[in-house]
Amino acid sequence: MTAASDFSGDTAASLSRRISSGETSSVNAVQKALERIARLEPRIKAFIKVENDDALEEARRADERIAKGERLPLLGVPVAVKDNMLMENRVATCASKILENFRAPYSATAVKKLRAAGAVILGKTNMDEFAMGSSTENSAFGPTRNPWNVETVPGGSSGGSAAAVAAGYCPISLGSDTGGSIRQPAAFCGVVGLKPTYGRVSRFGLVAFASSLDQIGPFGKTVEDVALAMNAIGGYDKMDSTSVDRPMPDLSEALKKDVKNFVVGLPREYFVEGVAPEVRKAVQGAADALAREGARIEEISLPHTEYAIAVYYVIATAEASSNLARYDGVKYGHRSGGGEGLEGMYSFSRTEGFGPEVRRRIMLGTYVLSSGYYDAYYLKAQKVRTLILNDFREAFKKCRVILTPTTPTPPFKFGEKTADPLQMYLSDIFTISTNLAGIPGICVPGGLSSEGLPIGVQMMAGHFDEESLITAAAAYERTRSFPSPKI
Amino acid sequence: MKYEPVIGLEVHVQLNTASKIFCGCSTRFGDEPNANTCPICVGMPGVLPVLNREVVEKAVRAAVATNCEVAPYSRWARKNYFYPDLPKGYQISMYELPLAVGGRLEVVVDGKPKTLRIHRIHMEEDAGKLVHGENLGDPAHSYVDLNRAGVPLIEIVSEADMRSSAEAKAYMEKLKSILEYLEVSDCNMEEGSMRVDVNISVRPAGQEKFGTRAEVKNMNSFRNMQKAIEYEMARQSELLDEGGRVVQESRLWDANRNVTVSMRSKEEAHDYRYFPEPDLVPLLVGAEWVERAKKSLPELPDAKRQRFVSSYSIPLYDAEVLTADKPVADYFERTVQAGADPKTASNWIMTEILRVLKERGSELGRPPISPEMLAELLKMIRDGVISGKMAKDVFAEMEATGKNPADVVREKGLVQISDESAIEKSIDEILAANPEQVAGYKGGKTKLMGFFVGEVMKATKGKANPAVVNKILSKKLSS
Ligand SMILES: [Zn+2]
Repeated sequence: MTAASDFSGDTAASLSRRISSGETSSVNAVQKALERIARLEPRIKAFIKVENDDALEEARRADERIAKGERLPLLGVPVAVKDNMLMENRVATCASKILENFRAPYSATAVKKLRAAGAVILGKTNMDEFAMGSSTENSAFGPTRNPWNVETVPGGSSGGSAAAVAAGYCPISLGSDTGGSIRQPAAFCGVVGLKPTYGRVSRFGLVAFASSLDQIGPFGKTVEDVALAMNAIGGYDKMDSTSVDRPMPDLSEALKKDVKNFVVGLPREYFVEGVAPEVRKAVQGAADALAREGARIEEISLPHTEYAIAVYYVIATAEASSNLARYDGVKYGHRSGGGEGLEGMYSFSRTEGFGPEVRRRIMLGTYVLSSGYYDAYYLKAQKVRTLILNDFREAFKKCRVILTPTTPTPPFKFGEKTADPLQMYLSDIFTISTNLAGIPGICVPGGLSSEGLPIGVQMMAGHFDEESLITAAAAYERTRSFPSPKI
Repeated sequence: MKYEPVIGLEVHVQLNTASKIFCGCSTRFGDEPNANTCPICVGMPGVLPVLNREVVEKAVRAAVATNCEVAPYSRWARKNYFYPDLPKGYQISMYELPLAVGGRLEVVVDGKPKTLRIHRIHMEEDAGKLVHGENLGDPAHSYVDLNRAGVPLIEIVSEADMRSSAEAKAYMEKLKSILEYLEVSDCNMEEGSMRVDVNISVRPAGQEKFGTRAEVKNMNSFRNMQKAIEYEMARQSELLDEGGRVVQESRLWDANRNVTVSMRSKEEAHDYRYFPEPDLVPLLVGAEWVERAKKSLPELPDAKRQRFVSSYSIPLYDAEVLTADKPVADYFERTVQAGADPKTASNWIMTEILRVLKERGSELGRPPISPEMLAELLKMIRDGVISGKMAKDVFAEMEATGKNPADVVREKGLVQISDESAIEKSIDEILAANPEQVAGYKGGKTKLMGFFVGEVMKATKGKANPAVVNKILSKKLSS
């Protein structure tokens, strides 16, 4: 841990208290963050764009508000936002050439809410193009590197946001999770990452990848910080018809509760061949810790788990093929000078603007929706999706939370899986089901591998039961210490 | 060989809501290009649709009024295709689970009643439009106007029940009439707030099986629709007679040349890849909502027609004409309420008022002739103040100036002479001046009555009451 005055080791909860008490200022905190970013970014590349002047200006305003006696949960705290969330007048590239020069005409609801809670946004973080990937290697602007070891990937698609927190740039960041894009990079970067229940956080202003699966969620160094950020961004939004109109509980309260009487389920389908022994050990360690805290551990079954990846790649790509149709070079974004006529403009603009993985998924999704194939792929996938959801419904009749590995292995090296898309897809094997079922999931650091790389453990809970998730994650967190990377 | 056409219609109707279907932008027609747009209807990254409740209200009313079954559970779907006027690259529509199914319209064709069934009604958003550079800016470019993108539409799909262009026209007229009564649409074909696509095939008379159909688009009036149907009937029949085959395709009506033209077959290759819209939740319209819609329906054309026949004792034909347009029906009722005789009012409205409307193309509220003014004019005829012939002149003056009939009559000195002594004096003078004709008449040339009437009218500058003139002349000449 660094000195208390260096916020890189500080949590949002503590930093906010210290700013509010006058012990430090937002300007000071933001300045330190920008200095650290300037120093470390050449190696990490967590950001697509850092807004130095805007951030300092916002920090000055935060300090003025504090001087006037205003108090907000995140007032003056520096944060980072994934580049697929819109902020008015700022770039929103989605790490794609097709949106390289796109400036957002409005702000995402989650971003607005984060700012309404007082947060100061440092900039937009790197990601896999259009959130399609598990390593940030699909960014059109180059990959982000894992702060624990720059030879390894930070995970993805929210790799930049995970790395920003792991590198100590800021205590909190926002990512988005369609099939594990928050939890998998949280695992690889040794931070906490929460994917909320589908419908808990507004998707308005989040550039859509797969609309029925996408959720915005926070990263933090601690469960408490994630709870604070979640308090800020959660809740109903009339601009998103799929956001659910139910009150957002104060998750800070859930932090204080214990896990006595919790039944923690260990699904046997998640402890199969291909899961690294070190990962198994970390999950077992978490189970033991929760048991010591008073929880009862039980083996459960989620029988349709093996179909999750196939179902996911049908549904997610189908929705993506439609969601990404708007990038046609007509209204905004990249327009090619090549090609003849309208068809030429479309195909050249899109071929030049999209990277190979995005193109692959658009083609896959177009195929599964095509007439003659719809029933065999999309419709069948929807049916199996219901079976997967029912698995969880059954499971949560018996247990409060489910404990699993987040990823089968510790972080892998650059290039290790890029040659084989299927290998890359498999790194999301344990995170995808929660998106298909719409339930919340959290990843908490569970230890280090023999190579000193982070390993995450995942917990899941029933729909809109983020409270149990926070309670269990915080209870586990209290039982162990977890280091910061040495950069 | 003799062929019978089989016709089905797909009608797009723009609902007259103040704002668009999935955002708050205005639906006003004729504004500056792209004035009525926002990130949502322009298809910016990250935007989401939020359903305008008023659209559902109006669509449900239309469904209920056309005797459709409103689905308790319906679902939005995406129709995917690329075109510059479609900003998201897909249109939000309904596919597998539409809003309503199984309706019908009752029409009368050649005096015979017929039931024409409706297959389904669904809601969707409109696309924008392309403006080609010849009329603005650079002729080498096309421009996109998205004011219309996101304007709410309902699509009403008929069953293939129609067997002539007249039946297709009757279906369209009845549909338009109902939607206007409901006040859910302007139904203006020229402005595009009502559009029709025709599916048409022909089959040898007596054959059960349908032939291969063509879809004809781009007709901006009922008249053009009828012409297009007749053209297609002839084209397809001829093709079959020559041993050819009808190709399933889309064709465009060319109103200048009066022909349908094949659209490139590329259009046919469309696979819209429909799938449920994940950004919107399923639509639940409960039984209560449907009941409420049913109760709030205004009196519809069929019911009004029956009431006009029974309450006002006017012929069925008159009632049909008067009730086709709600404003006309309202005009008729107000005229009768103001004291006019129903049949006389009906005659005048079906001729003069409808002519004025057609000439001016204006709303009925706008011509300066109010129902009260018309009723006053008709009362003046009934009371013998003016003749029917004079009334036409008075009406023309009213139409031109908006003055009251009484004022026109006074200013022009048009008051009819019904005073028997004045008319008798004039008749005596004429009979005295024309002894030959009087002798002729008395000798059996009764046709000369017209001559005497004409002379009296000439002498009184047309103001003499013809009934009084006839009465006195008959008396004098028979004595
Ligand atoms: Zn709009």
